[in-house]
Amino acid sequence: MKEQVTESNELTCRISKNTANLALWTGTWLAATALAAFGPKYLWDFNTLPTILGILAHLVIGFGMIAANKRHLNGLDELQQKIQLDAMALALGVGLVVGVSYELLEDIRLISFEPEISHLIMLMALTYIVGIILGNRKYR
Amino acid sequence: MKNRLKVLRAERDWTQAQLASALDVSRQTINAIEKGKFDPSLPLAFRSARLFELSIEDIFQDEATS
Repeated sequence: MKEQVTESNELTCRISKNTANLALWTGTWLAATALAAFGPKYLWDFNTLPTILGILAHLVIGFGMIAANKRHLNGLDELQQKIQLDAMALALGVGLVVGVSYELLEDIRLISFEPEISHLIMLMALTYIVGIILGNRKYR
Repeated sequence: MKNRLKVLRAERDWTQAQLASALDVSRQTINAIEKGKFDPSLPLAFRSARLFELSIEDIFQDEATS
C-alpha cells in the first residue's frame, strides 16, 4: 500500500499542477482582456496596429486558456469529471434560456437599457459555481 | 448497482484514502461508489477487480439481476 499512496500523491500533484496552470492562463487572459478593452483608449489612442495586436494576443491567450482547461478536466478522476460536466451543462442551459429571455426584454420594451453580454457571463459563472457546490454535496 | 467495495476494503484493513490511491481516484470517488451514489466506469471496475484479484461480478452486482 505504501507504493499506492505514492500514486495518490501523483493524482493530487497532477490536479494541483493543472489547476495552477489553468489559474495562470485565466489570469493572463483577464489581463489580455483588460488590455484589449482599455488599451486603445488609455494607452495608444486608438492606433490601429496595437489595437489589432491586442485583439490577436487576446484570442491566442484565450485558446491557450481553453487548452489548459481541457488538460485540467482530463487530469481529474471520473467522478470529478462528472461533477464538472453537470455544472457546465447547467451553466450552459441557464445561460442559453435566460440569455434569450433577457435579450427579448429589450425587444418587447420591458427594460429600457441594452442587455450586456457581461451580465450573461456573470450569470453563467455563478450558475457554474452553484453547480459545482451542488455536485460536491450530492457525492460527498 | 450494488458493490462489495467497503467489505473488501475492510477485510484488507485499508482506508478509503489508501484504496483511492491504489485505484488512482479521489477519496470522494471511493466514498460515492461505496454508498452507491456513483457507478464506476468499466476501466475503474477492471482496475478494482485486478487490485482485489477478483472478477468484476464478485465486486459489482446489477441490482436488477441480484
